[in-house]
Amino acid sequence: MVGLEDLYREIILDHYRTPRNRGELETPPAHRVESFNPLCGDEIIVYLHVNDEGLIDDIATGGQGCSISQSSASMMSVAVKGKTIEEARKLIVAFKRLMSIYENDIGGDGSETALGIDIDGENGGPNETDSSEDIKLGDLEALRGVVKFPIRIKCATLSWNALAQALDEVTVG
Amino acid sequence: MNLPATIKADFPLLDQRFHGHKLVYLDSANTSQKPQVVIDAICDYYQTTNANVHRGSYELAVKATDALEGARDKVADFINARSSSEIVFTKNATESMNLLARSWGQQNLKAKDAVVISEMEHHANIVPWHILREQQGIELRWIPVDQSGHLDLSNLDRLLDGAKLLSVTAMSNVLGTLNPIAALAQRAHDAGALIAVDASQYVPHIPTDVQALAADFLVFTGHKMLAPMGIGVLWAKAELLEAMPPFLGGGEMILNVTKDGFTCNEVPWKFEAGTPMVAEAVGLACAIDYLRELGMDNVRRHEVELTAYALRTLNERHGDKITIHGPTEPAERGGVMSFAYNDVHPHDVTQVLDQAGIAVRAGHHCAKPLMKVLGAHATSRASVYVYNDQSDIDSLAVALSAVDDIFAF
Repeated sequence: MVGLEDLYREIILDHYRTPRNRGELETPPAHRVESFNPLCGDEIIVYLHVNDEGLIDDIATGGQGCSISQSSASMMSVAVKGKTIEEARKLIVAFKRLMSIYENDIGGDGSETALGIDIDGENGGPNETDSSEDIKLGDLEALRGVVKFPIRIKCATLSWNALAQALDEVTVG
Repeated sequence: MNLPATIKADFPLLDQRFHGHKLVYLDSANTSQKPQVVIDAICDYYQTTNANVHRGSYELAVKATDALEGARDKVADFINARSSSEIVFTKNATESMNLLARSWGQQNLKAKDAVVISEMEHHANIVPWHILREQQGIELRWIPVDQSGHLDLSNLDRLLDGAKLLSVTAMSNVLGTLNPIAALAQRAHDAGALIAVDASQYVPHIPTDVQALAADFLVFTGHKMLAPMGIGVLWAKAELLEAMPPFLGGGEMILNVTKDGFTCNEVPWKFEAGTPMVAEAVGLACAIDYLRELGMDNVRRHEVELTAYALRTLNERHGDKITIHGPTEPAERGGVMSFAYNDVHPHDVTQVLDQAGIAVRAGHHCAKPLMKVLGAHATSRASVYVYNDQSDIDSLAVALSAVDDIFAF
Protein backbone atom coordinates (compact mmCIF):
# COMPACT_ATOMS: atom_id res chain seq x y z
CA MET A 1 0.00 0.00 0.00
CA VAL A 2 1.35 3.40 -0.96
CA GLY A 3 2.98 5.12 1.99
CA LEU A 4 3.39 2.03 4.11
CA GLU A 5 6.37 0.48 2.33
CA ASP A 6 8.72 2.34 4.66
CA LEU A 7 7.02 0.83 7.70
CA TYR A 8 6.33 -2.70 6.56
CA ARG A 9 9.66 -3.60 4.95
CA GLU A 10 9.96 -7.19 3.79
CA ILE A 11 12.60 -8.05 6.38
CA ILE A 12 10.32 -6.75 9.14
CA LEU A 13 7.45 -8.89 7.93
CA ASP A 14 9.82 -11.84 7.71
CA HIS A 15 10.82 -11.50 11.36
CA TYR A 16 7.12 -11.07 12.24
CA ARG A 17 6.13 -14.23 10.36
CA THR A 18 9.11 -16.23 11.58
CA PRO A 19 10.33 -14.79 14.85
CA ARG A 20 13.86 -15.82 15.87
CA ASN A 21 14.76 -16.87 19.41
CA ARG A 22 11.09 -17.06 20.30
CA GLY A 23 10.31 -18.86 23.55
CA GLU A 24 11.39 -19.05 27.14
CA LEU A 25 14.56 -19.76 29.08
CA GLU A 26 14.66 -21.38 32.47
CA THR A 27 14.83 -18.81 35.30
CA PRO A 28 17.22 -18.92 36.99
CA PRO A 29 19.82 -19.16 35.57
CA ALA A 30 18.28 -16.85 32.94
CA HIS A 31 16.91 -13.43 33.89
CA ARG A 32 13.34 -12.47 32.96
CA VAL A 33 11.97 -8.96 32.31
CA GLU A 34 8.53 -7.86 31.08
CA SER A 35 7.83 -4.66 29.26
CA PHE A 36 4.32 -3.30 28.57
CA ASN A 37 2.93 -0.69 26.27
CA PRO A 38 -0.06 0.52 28.29
CA LEU A 39 -1.39 2.28 25.21
CA CYS A 40 -2.20 -0.90 23.32
CA GLY A 41 -1.56 -3.71 25.78
CA ASP A 42 1.40 -5.09 23.85
CA GLU A 43 3.83 -7.00 26.02
CA ILE A 44 7.33 -8.29 25.50
CA ILE A 45 9.11 -10.74 27.76
CA VAL A 46 12.87 -10.96 27.46
CA TYR A 47 14.81 -13.90 28.88
CA LEU A 48 18.50 -13.18 29.09
CA HIS A 49 21.36 -15.43 30.04
CA VAL A 50 24.77 -13.90 30.65
CA ASN A 51 27.69 -16.26 31.25
CA ASP A 52 30.59 -15.78 33.62
CA GLU A 53 32.58 -13.93 30.96
CA GLY A 54 29.84 -11.30 30.66
CA LEU A 55 28.71 -12.68 27.32
CA ILE A 56 25.02 -12.90 26.36
CA ASP A 57 25.13 -16.56 25.43
CA ASP A 58 21.38 -17.04 25.20
CA ILE A 59 18.30 -14.87 24.77
CA ALA A 60 14.63 -15.60 24.16
CA THR A 61 11.61 -13.37 23.73
CA GLY A 62 7.95 -13.96 24.40
CA GLY A 63 4.77 -11.94 24.68
CA GLN A 64 2.45 -10.62 22.02
CA GLY A 65 1.96 -7.55 19.97
CA CYS A 66 1.92 -5.93 16.57
CA SER A 67 4.23 -6.64 13.65
CA ILE A 68 6.59 -3.83 14.66
CA SER A 69 7.00 -4.80 18.32
CA GLN A 70 7.37 -8.49 17.51
CA SER A 71 9.79 -8.08 14.61
CA SER A 72 11.87 -5.59 16.58
CA ALA A 73 12.14 -8.11 19.44
CA SER A 74 13.16 -10.82 17.01
CA MET A 75 15.81 -8.69 15.32
CA MET A 76 17.09 -7.51 18.69
CA SER A 77 17.55 -11.06 19.91
CA VAL A 78 19.60 -11.91 16.84
CA ALA A 79 21.66 -8.74 17.16
CA VAL A 80 22.67 -9.17 20.82
CA LYS A 81 23.10 -12.93 21.01
CA GLY A 82 26.78 -13.64 21.52
CA LYS A 83 27.56 -10.02 22.34
CA THR A 84 29.05 -8.73 25.57
CA ILE A 85 26.95 -6.64 27.95
CA GLU A 86 28.94 -3.59 26.90
CA GLU A 87 28.35 -4.27 23.20
CA ALA A 88 24.65 -4.84 23.83
CA ARG A 89 24.40 -1.53 25.63
CA LYS A 90 26.02 0.27 22.75
CA LEU A 91 23.56 -1.40 20.44
CA ILE A 92 20.69 -0.14 22.57
CA VAL A 93 22.00 3.41 22.35
CA ALA A 94 22.47 3.09 18.61
CA PHE A 95 18.99 1.66 18.11
CA LYS A 96 17.37 4.35 20.20
CA ARG A 97 19.23 6.93 18.18
CA LEU A 98 17.79 5.34 15.07
CA MET A 99 14.33 5.63 16.62
CA SER A 100 14.82 9.27 17.52
CA ILE A 101 12.66 11.63 15.47
CA TYR A 102 15.10 14.36 16.42
CA GLU A 103 17.99 12.62 14.76
CA ASN A 104 16.00 11.71 11.70
CA ASP A 105 14.47 15.13 11.34
CA ILE A 106 10.99 14.34 10.20
CA GLY A 107 9.70 17.75 11.08
CA GLY A 108 8.79 17.29 14.73
CA ASP A 109 9.95 19.69 17.40
CA GLY A 110 12.62 17.29 18.52
CA SER A 111 11.08 16.91 21.91
CA GLU A 112 11.53 13.34 22.97
CA THR A 113 9.58 13.83 26.17
CA ALA A 114 6.54 15.04 24.26
CA LEU A 115 6.30 11.60 22.73
CA GLY A 116 7.32 9.84 25.90
CA ILE A 117 10.30 8.34 24.15
CA ASP A 118 13.29 7.53 26.24
CA ILE A 119 15.89 8.05 23.56
CA ASP A 120 18.93 8.03 25.73
CA GLY A 121 17.60 5.84 28.46
CA GLU A 122 19.79 5.08 31.38
CA ASN A 123 22.40 3.69 29.07
CA GLY A 124 24.07 6.78 27.81
CA GLY A 125 23.27 10.31 26.80
CA PRO A 126 23.85 12.30 23.63
CA ASN A 127 27.53 12.56 24.46
CA GLU A 128 27.94 8.89 23.82
CA THR A 129 27.03 9.30 20.18
CA ASP A 130 30.60 8.83 19.05
CA SER A 131 30.92 5.42 20.57
CA SER A 132 27.59 4.26 19.16
CA GLU A 133 28.28 5.40 15.62
CA ASP A 134 30.62 2.48 15.11
CA ILE A 135 27.86 0.03 15.84
CA LYS A 136 26.58 -1.87 12.84
CA LEU A 137 22.80 -2.15 13.08
CA GLY A 138 22.48 -4.47 10.09
CA ASP A 139 18.92 -5.74 9.62
CA LEU A 140 17.77 -3.37 12.33
CA GLU A 141 18.22 -0.54 9.84
CA ALA A 142 14.99 -1.77 8.28
CA LEU A 143 13.15 -0.34 11.28
CA ARG A 144 14.32 3.17 10.35
CA GLY A 145 11.00 3.80 8.60
CA VAL A 146 9.16 3.53 11.91
CA VAL A 147 10.16 7.09 12.82
CA LYS A 148 7.84 8.34 10.10
CA PHE A 149 5.01 6.85 12.15
CA PRO A 150 5.76 8.30 15.61
CA ILE A 151 2.99 6.42 17.40
CA ARG A 152 4.76 3.16 16.44
CA ILE A 153 8.15 4.11 17.90
CA LYS A 154 7.02 2.76 21.25
CA CYS A 155 6.20 -0.54 19.57
CA ALA A 156 9.72 -0.75 18.15
CA THR A 157 11.47 0.19 21.39
CA LEU A 158 9.39 -2.01 23.72
CA SER A 159 11.75 -5.01 23.60
CA TRP A 160 14.81 -2.79 23.81
CA ASN A 161 13.56 -1.23 27.04
CA ALA A 162 13.12 -4.71 28.43
CA LEU A 163 16.64 -5.63 27.34
CA ALA A 164 18.08 -2.49 28.93
CA GLN A 165 16.31 -3.28 32.18
CA ALA A 166 17.48 -6.89 32.06
CA LEU A 167 21.09 -5.84 31.52
CA ASP A 168 20.87 -3.41 34.44
CA GLU A 169 19.40 -6.03 36.72
CA VAL A 170 21.92 -8.67 35.68
CA THR A 171 24.89 -6.41 36.30
CA VAL A 172 23.57 -5.17 39.64
CA GLY A 173 22.43 -8.54 40.87
CA MET B 1 -37.45 10.91 10.65
CA ASN B 2 -34.02 10.61 9.12
CA LEU B 3 -31.12 12.81 10.14
CA PRO B 4 -30.41 15.56 7.61
CA ALA B 5 -28.37 14.33 4.63
CA THR B 6 -26.19 17.42 4.89
CA ILE B 7 -25.26 16.83 8.53
CA LYS B 8 -21.54 16.29 7.82
CA ALA B 9 -21.34 19.94 6.76
CA ASP B 10 -22.12 20.95 10.36
CA PHE B 11 -18.79 19.42 11.46
CA PRO B 12 -15.90 21.44 10.00
CA LEU B 13 -13.25 18.99 11.19
CA LEU B 14 -14.62 16.26 8.95
CA ASP B 15 -13.81 18.32 5.87
CA GLN B 16 -10.16 17.34 5.83
CA ARG B 17 -7.91 14.96 3.95
CA PHE B 18 -5.38 12.55 5.43
CA HIS B 19 -2.86 10.70 3.28
CA GLY B 20 -4.72 12.00 0.23
CA HIS B 21 -8.11 10.67 1.34
CA LYS B 22 -11.11 12.43 2.78
CA LEU B 23 -11.23 11.80 6.52
CA VAL B 24 -13.57 9.00 7.54
CA TYR B 25 -14.00 9.41 11.29
CA LEU B 26 -15.09 6.17 12.93
CA ASP B 27 -13.87 6.74 16.49
CA SER B 28 -16.76 8.53 18.18
CA ALA B 29 -16.90 6.06 21.08
CA ASN B 30 -13.50 7.54 21.89
CA THR B 31 -14.47 11.15 21.38
CA SER B 32 -17.00 12.85 19.13
CA GLN B 33 -16.41 15.71 16.73
CA LYS B 34 -18.05 19.08 17.39
CA PRO B 35 -20.58 20.92 15.24
CA GLN B 36 -19.80 24.52 14.31
CA VAL B 37 -22.60 25.77 16.60
CA VAL B 38 -20.85 24.26 19.63
CA ILE B 39 -17.49 25.72 18.62
CA ASP B 40 -19.21 29.09 18.12
CA ALA B 41 -20.97 28.89 21.49
CA ILE B 42 -17.65 28.42 23.29
CA CYS B 43 -16.09 31.24 21.31
CA ASP B 44 -19.09 33.49 21.97
CA TYR B 45 -18.92 32.77 25.69
CA TYR B 46 -15.36 34.08 25.83
CA GLN B 47 -16.17 37.03 23.58
CA THR B 48 -19.26 38.18 25.46
CA THR B 49 -19.88 36.46 28.78
CA ASN B 50 -16.70 35.38 30.54
CA ALA B 51 -16.36 36.26 34.22
CA ASN B 52 -15.94 34.11 37.29
CA VAL B 53 -19.19 32.60 38.48
CA HIS B 54 -21.04 32.80 41.79
CA ARG B 55 -18.77 35.62 42.94
CA GLY B 56 -19.07 38.98 41.22
CA SER B 57 -22.06 41.24 41.77
CA TYR B 58 -21.62 43.03 38.46
CA GLU B 59 -23.85 42.20 35.53
CA LEU B 60 -21.23 40.35 33.50
CA ALA B 61 -20.62 37.95 36.41
CA VAL B 62 -24.35 37.39 36.71
CA LYS B 63 -24.47 36.61 32.99
CA ALA B 64 -21.65 34.05 33.34
CA THR B 65 -23.33 32.47 36.35
CA ASP B 66 -26.59 32.25 34.41
CA ALA B 67 -24.73 30.55 31.56
CA LEU B 68 -23.37 27.89 33.91
CA GLU B 69 -26.60 27.32 35.77
CA GLY B 70 -28.60 27.43 32.55
CA ALA B 71 -26.39 24.63 31.26
CA ARG B 72 -27.09 22.66 34.42
CA ASP B 73 -30.84 23.10 33.90
CA LYS B 74 -30.47 21.88 30.33
CA VAL B 75 -28.55 18.75 31.38
CA ALA B 76 -31.12 18.01 34.09
CA ASP B 77 -33.94 18.26 31.57
CA PHE B 78 -32.06 16.17 28.98
CA ILE B 79 -31.83 13.14 31.30
CA ASN B 80 -35.11 13.89 33.14
CA ALA B 81 -33.54 14.55 36.53
CA ARG B 82 -36.02 15.69 39.17
CA SER B 83 -34.04 18.86 39.79
CA SER B 84 -30.97 20.72 38.56
CA SER B 85 -29.46 20.31 42.02
CA GLU B 86 -28.96 16.64 41.13
CA ILE B 87 -26.47 17.58 38.40
CA VAL B 88 -22.83 17.81 39.51
CA PHE B 89 -20.37 19.06 36.89
CA THR B 90 -17.03 17.27 36.80
CA LYS B 91 -14.10 17.03 34.43
CA ASN B 92 -15.29 13.82 32.78
CA ALA B 93 -17.05 10.53 33.51
CA THR B 94 -13.91 9.16 35.13
CA GLU B 95 -13.88 11.99 37.65
CA SER B 96 -17.61 11.47 38.22
CA MET B 97 -17.00 7.82 39.05
CA ASN B 98 -14.09 8.69 41.33
CA LEU B 99 -16.23 11.30 43.08
CA LEU B 100 -18.83 8.62 43.68
CA ALA B 101 -16.28 6.10 44.95
CA ARG B 102 -14.41 8.54 47.18
CA SER B 103 -17.34 10.45 48.60
CA TRP B 104 -20.17 7.94 48.77
CA GLY B 105 -17.86 4.93 48.90
CA GLN B 106 -15.66 6.11 51.72
CA GLN B 107 -18.69 7.09 53.78
CA ASN B 108 -20.85 4.06 53.13
CA LEU B 109 -18.48 1.14 52.54
CA LYS B 110 -16.45 -0.60 55.20
CA ALA B 111 -14.19 -3.63 55.11
CA LYS B 112 -15.80 -6.69 53.48
CA ASP B 113 -18.69 -4.66 52.02
CA ALA B 114 -19.28 -5.76 48.45
CA VAL B 115 -19.48 -3.71 45.26
CA VAL B 116 -20.68 -5.60 42.19
CA ILE B 117 -19.34 -4.61 38.77
CA SER B 118 -19.13 -6.48 35.47
CA GLU B 119 -16.40 -7.85 33.27
CA MET B 120 -17.36 -5.41 30.51
CA GLU B 121 -16.60 -2.26 32.50
CA HIS B 122 -14.32 0.51 31.37
CA HIS B 123 -11.32 0.96 33.69
CA ALA B 124 -13.08 4.10 35.00
CA ASN B 125 -15.62 1.80 36.65
CA ILE B 126 -13.01 -0.67 37.88
CA VAL B 127 -9.99 1.17 39.23
CA PRO B 128 -11.86 3.50 41.66
CA TRP B 129 -13.27 0.35 43.31
CA HIS B 130 -9.86 -1.34 43.27
CA ILE B 131 -8.57 1.69 45.14
CA LEU B 132 -11.30 1.27 47.78
CA ARG B 133 -10.45 -2.42 47.92
CA GLU B 134 -6.87 -1.54 48.73
CA GLN B 135 -7.67 1.31 51.11
CA GLN B 136 -10.79 0.06 52.86
CA GLY B 137 -10.82 -3.66 52.21
CA ILE B 138 -14.08 -3.71 50.25
CA GLU B 139 -14.91 -6.81 48.26
CA LEU B 140 -15.22 -6.54 44.47
CA ARG B 141 -17.57 -9.01 42.75
CA TRP B 142 -17.79 -9.48 39.00
CA ILE B 143 -20.78 -10.23 36.76
CA PRO B 144 -19.39 -12.43 33.97
CA VAL B 145 -19.83 -11.74 30.26
CA ASP B 146 -21.08 -14.66 28.15
CA GLN B 147 -19.96 -15.75 24.70
CA SER B 148 -22.65 -13.65 23.01
CA GLY B 149 -21.30 -10.51 24.63
CA HIS B 150 -24.14 -10.12 27.12
CA LEU B 151 -23.95 -10.04 30.90
CA ASP B 152 -24.40 -13.51 32.36
CA LEU B 153 -27.01 -12.77 35.03
CA SER B 154 -27.57 -16.37 36.09
CA ASN B 155 -25.80 -15.83 39.43
CA LEU B 156 -26.83 -12.23 39.97
CA ASP B 157 -28.82 -12.95 43.14
CA ARG B 158 -25.79 -14.56 44.74
CA LEU B 159 -23.54 -11.71 43.61
CA LEU B 160 -25.94 -9.09 44.96
CA ASP B 161 -26.49 -10.90 48.26
CA GLY B 162 -25.35 -8.46 50.94
CA ALA B 163 -23.83 -6.07 48.35
CA LYS B 164 -24.01 -2.33 48.90
CA LEU B 165 -23.69 -1.17 45.30
CA LEU B 166 -24.11 -2.47 41.76
CA SER B 167 -22.07 -0.34 39.35
CA VAL B 168 -22.48 -1.24 35.67
CA THR B 169 -22.21 0.22 32.22
CA ALA B 170 -25.39 0.98 30.29
CA MET B 171 -23.54 0.23 27.06
CA SER B 172 -20.22 -1.51 26.58
CA ASN B 173 -17.58 0.68 24.93
CA VAL B 174 -16.09 -2.44 23.34
CA LEU B 175 -18.99 -4.74 22.49
CA GLY B 176 -21.75 -2.17 22.09
CA THR B 177 -23.92 -4.35 24.32
CA LEU B 178 -26.87 -2.53 25.87
CA ASN B 179 -27.47 -3.73 29.41
CA PRO B 180 -30.97 -3.96 30.95
CA ILE B 181 -30.44 -1.13 33.43
CA ALA B 182 -34.03 -0.78 34.67
CA ALA B 183 -34.22 -4.50 35.39
CA LEU B 184 -30.79 -4.47 37.04
CA ALA B 185 -31.88 -1.50 39.17
CA GLN B 186 -34.89 -3.51 40.33
CA ARG B 187 -32.69 -6.49 41.20
CA ALA B 188 -30.19 -4.29 43.04
CA HIS B 189 -32.88 -2.49 45.02
CA ASP B 190 -34.56 -5.79 45.91
CA ALA B 191 -31.24 -6.90 47.35
CA GLY B 192 -30.88 -3.67 49.33
CA ALA B 193 -28.13 -2.28 47.11
CA LEU B 194 -27.92 0.98 45.17
CA ILE B 195 -27.14 1.11 41.46
CA ALA B 196 -24.63 3.35 39.69
CA VAL B 197 -24.68 3.52 35.89
CA ASP B 198 -21.78 4.34 33.60
CA ALA B 199 -23.75 5.98 30.79
CA SER B 200 -20.79 7.43 28.89
CA GLN B 201 -21.68 5.47 25.76
CA TYR B 202 -25.42 5.69 26.35
CA VAL B 203 -26.47 9.30 26.96
CA PRO B 204 -24.93 10.55 23.68
CA HIS B 205 -26.84 7.99 21.60
CA ILE B 206 -30.07 6.95 23.28
CA PRO B 207 -32.91 8.93 24.89
CA THR B 208 -32.10 8.81 28.62
CA ASP B 209 -34.52 9.09 31.52
CA VAL B 210 -32.81 8.55 34.86
CA GLN B 211 -36.17 8.13 36.59
CA ALA B 212 -37.37 5.47 34.16
CA LEU B 213 -34.02 3.68 34.54
CA ALA B 214 -34.60 3.78 38.32
CA ALA B 215 -30.91 4.52 38.82
CA ASP B 216 -29.37 6.03 41.93
CA PHE B 217 -26.21 7.40 40.30
CA LEU B 218 -25.41 7.95 36.63
CA VAL B 219 -22.25 9.33 35.05
CA PHE B 220 -21.43 10.52 31.54
CA THR B 221 -19.10 12.88 29.74
CA GLY B 222 -19.66 15.79 27.38
CA HIS B 223 -16.96 15.13 24.81
CA LYS B 224 -18.59 11.95 23.54
CA MET B 225 -21.82 13.88 22.82
CA LEU B 226 -20.62 16.72 20.57
CA ALA B 227 -19.54 18.90 23.52
CA PRO B 228 -15.96 19.91 24.33
CA MET B 229 -13.54 17.88 26.42
CA GLY B 230 -13.32 18.88 30.06
CA ILE B 231 -16.92 18.60 31.21
CA GLY B 232 -18.56 15.54 32.71
CA VAL B 233 -21.64 14.90 34.80
CA LEU B 234 -22.46 13.01 37.93
CA TRP B 235 -26.20 12.70 38.40
CA ALA B 236 -27.45 11.33 41.71
CA LYS B 237 -30.68 11.39 43.62
CA ALA B 238 -30.81 14.58 45.68
CA GLU B 239 -31.06 12.78 49.01
CA LEU B 240 -27.94 10.78 48.22
CA LEU B 241 -25.97 13.88 47.26
CA GLU B 242 -27.18 15.67 50.40
CA ALA B 243 -25.84 12.91 52.62
CA MET B 244 -22.49 12.54 50.87
CA PRO B 245 -19.36 14.26 52.19
CA PRO B 246 -17.50 16.70 49.92
CA PHE B 247 -15.00 15.38 47.37
CA LEU B 248 -12.49 18.18 46.74
CA GLY B 249 -12.13 21.08 49.13
CA GLY B 250 -11.62 24.75 48.29
CA GLY B 251 -13.54 27.74 47.03
CA GLU B 252 -17.06 27.46 45.66
CA MET B 253 -17.88 24.34 47.71
CA ILE B 254 -18.19 26.16 51.05
CA LEU B 255 -20.70 28.41 52.81
CA ASN B 256 -18.31 29.42 55.55
CA VAL B 257 -14.68 28.84 56.55
CA THR B 258 -13.14 29.65 59.93
CA LYS B 259 -9.89 28.69 61.60
CA ASP B 260 -11.79 25.88 63.27
CA GLY B 261 -13.44 24.38 60.22
CA PHE B 262 -15.83 24.87 57.32
CA THR B 263 -19.46 24.58 56.36
CA CYS B 264 -20.29 22.93 53.03
CA ASN B 265 -22.21 24.70 50.32
CA GLU B 266 -25.53 23.23 49.19
CA VAL B 267 -25.70 20.57 46.52
CA PRO B 268 -24.59 20.44 43.80
CA TRP B 269 -21.97 23.15 44.50
CA LYS B 270 -20.74 21.18 47.51
CA PHE B 271 -19.02 18.94 44.97
CA GLU B 272 -17.70 21.67 42.68
CA ALA B 273 -14.58 23.05 44.34
CA GLY B 274 -12.75 25.84 42.55
CA THR B 275 -13.59 27.77 39.39
CA PRO B 276 -15.73 25.50 37.22
CA MET B 277 -15.51 24.84 33.47
CA VAL B 278 -18.08 27.39 32.37
CA ALA B 279 -17.28 27.58 28.66
CA GLU B 280 -17.35 23.78 28.49
CA ALA B 281 -20.72 23.74 30.23
CA VAL B 282 -21.99 26.27 27.68
CA GLY B 283 -20.67 23.99 24.94
CA LEU B 284 -22.45 21.03 26.50
CA ALA B 285 -25.72 22.97 26.66
CA CYS B 286 -25.35 23.87 23.00
CA ALA B 287 -24.60 20.24 22.09
CA ILE B 288 -27.77 19.21 23.90
CA ASP B 289 -29.76 21.77 21.90
CA TYR B 290 -28.23 20.40 18.71
CA LEU B 291 -29.01 16.78 19.62
CA ARG B 292 -32.57 17.68 20.60
CA GLU B 293 -33.07 19.41 17.30
CA LEU B 294 -32.04 16.19 15.59
CA GLY B 295 -34.25 14.30 18.01
CA MET B 296 -32.70 11.60 20.21
CA ASP B 297 -35.15 9.02 18.86
CA ASN B 298 -33.90 9.84 15.36
CA VAL B 299 -30.28 9.63 16.53
CA ARG B 300 -30.91 6.17 17.93
CA ARG B 301 -32.77 5.00 14.82
CA HIS B 302 -29.99 6.32 12.57
CA GLU B 303 -27.37 4.41 14.54
CA VAL B 304 -29.34 1.16 14.65
CA GLU B 305 -29.75 1.34 10.86
CA LEU B 306 -26.12 2.22 10.31
CA THR B 307 -24.94 -0.52 12.66
CA ALA B 308 -27.12 -3.04 10.86
CA TYR B 309 -25.65 -1.86 7.55
CA ALA B 310 -22.11 -2.10 8.92
CA LEU B 311 -22.53 -5.61 10.35
CA ARG B 312 -24.06 -6.78 7.07
CA THR B 313 -21.54 -5.04 4.80
CA LEU B 314 -18.43 -6.08 6.72
CA ASN B 315 -19.56 -9.68 7.12
CA GLU B 316 -20.62 -10.00 3.48
CA ARG B 317 -17.40 -8.57 2.13
CA HIS B 318 -14.93 -10.17 4.50
CA GLY B 319 -16.69 -13.36 5.57
CA ASP B 320 -14.56 -15.56 7.78
CA LYS B 321 -11.73 -13.06 7.82
CA ILE B 322 -13.62 -10.72 10.12
CA THR B 323 -14.96 -11.42 13.59
CA ILE B 324 -17.17 -8.68 14.98
CA HIS B 325 -17.55 -8.97 18.73
CA GLY B 326 -20.74 -8.36 20.66
CA PRO B 327 -24.46 -8.89 20.03
CA THR B 328 -25.42 -9.72 16.43
CA GLU B 329 -28.81 -8.04 16.69
CA PRO B 330 -28.48 -4.27 15.97
CA ALA B 331 -31.39 -3.38 18.25
CA GLU B 332 -29.53 -4.94 21.19
CA ARG B 333 -26.47 -2.83 20.76
CA GLY B 334 -25.02 0.58 20.05
CA GLY B 335 -22.88 1.62 17.11
CA VAL B 336 -19.60 0.37 18.55
CA MET B 337 -18.04 -2.46 16.56
CA SER B 338 -14.91 -4.14 17.86
CA PHE B 339 -13.46 -6.61 15.44
CA ALA B 340 -10.60 -8.93 14.71
CA TYR B 341 -9.38 -9.12 11.13
CA ASN B 342 -7.57 -12.20 9.86
CA ASP B 343 -5.35 -12.52 12.95
CA VAL B 344 -3.60 -9.28 12.01
CA HIS B 345 -2.73 -7.22 15.05
CA PRO B 346 -5.14 -4.27 15.53
CA HIS B 347 -2.26 -1.80 15.46
CA ASP B 348 -1.36 -3.01 12.01
CA VAL B 349 -5.00 -3.05 10.86
CA THR B 350 -5.60 0.53 11.96
CA GLN B 351 -2.27 1.64 10.49
CA VAL B 352 -3.41 0.42 7.10
CA LEU B 353 -6.84 2.04 7.58
CA ASP B 354 -5.18 5.34 8.51
CA GLN B 355 -3.38 5.28 5.20
CA ALA B 356 -6.83 5.37 3.59
CA GLY B 357 -7.89 8.31 5.78
CA ILE B 358 -9.96 6.14 8.11
CA ALA B 359 -9.77 6.82 11.85
CA VAL B 360 -10.40 3.63 13.81
CA ARG B 361 -9.06 2.87 17.28
CA ALA B 362 -6.83 -0.07 18.14
CA GLY B 363 -6.11 -1.25 21.64
CA HIS B 364 -7.72 -2.62 24.77
CA HIS B 365 -10.14 0.34 24.97
CA CYS B 366 -9.53 0.72 28.70
CA ALA B 367 -11.27 -2.61 29.28
CA LYS B 368 -8.51 -5.11 29.95
CA PRO B 369 -10.64 -7.56 31.99
CA LEU B 370 -13.04 -7.76 29.04
CA MET B 371 -10.15 -8.32 26.61
CA LYS B 372 -9.23 -11.34 28.70
CA VAL B 373 -12.79 -12.67 28.36
CA LEU B 374 -12.61 -12.16 24.58
CA GLY B 375 -9.26 -13.95 24.52
CA ALA B 376 -7.73 -10.93 22.82
CA HIS B 377 -5.04 -8.48 23.87
CA ALA B 378 -6.53 -5.78 21.73
CA THR B 379 -9.21 -5.19 19.11
CA SER B 380 -9.81 -2.76 16.30
CA ARG B 381 -12.90 -0.69 16.99
CA ALA B 382 -15.05 1.32 14.61
CA SER B 383 -17.79 3.44 16.14
CA VAL B 384 -20.42 5.66 14.56
CA TYR B 385 -22.34 8.78 15.47
CA VAL B 386 -24.80 11.22 13.93
CA TYR B 387 -22.43 12.40 11.19
CA ASN B 388 -21.55 8.95 9.87
CA ASP B 389 -23.32 7.40 6.92
CA GLN B 390 -23.20 4.33 4.72
CA SER B 391 -20.37 5.76 2.62
CA ASP B 392 -18.14 5.72 5.72
CA ILE B 393 -18.90 2.05 6.26
CA ASP B 394 -18.24 1.34 2.58
CA SER B 395 -14.85 3.07 2.86
CA LEU B 396 -13.97 0.93 5.88
CA ALA B 397 -15.04 -2.27 4.14
CA VAL B 398 -12.97 -1.49 1.06
CA ALA B 399 -9.88 -0.33 2.96
CA LEU B 400 -9.80 -3.48 5.08
CA SER B 401 -8.97 -5.45 1.95
CA ALA B 402 -5.66 -3.56 1.78
CA VAL B 403 -4.66 -5.28 5.03
CA ASP B 404 -4.40 -8.49 3.04
CA ASP B 405 -1.95 -6.90 0.60
CA ILE B 406 0.61 -6.58 3.37
CA PHE B 407 -0.30 -9.25 5.89
CA ALA B 408 -1.72 -12.15 3.86
CA PHE B 409 0.62 -14.94 4.83
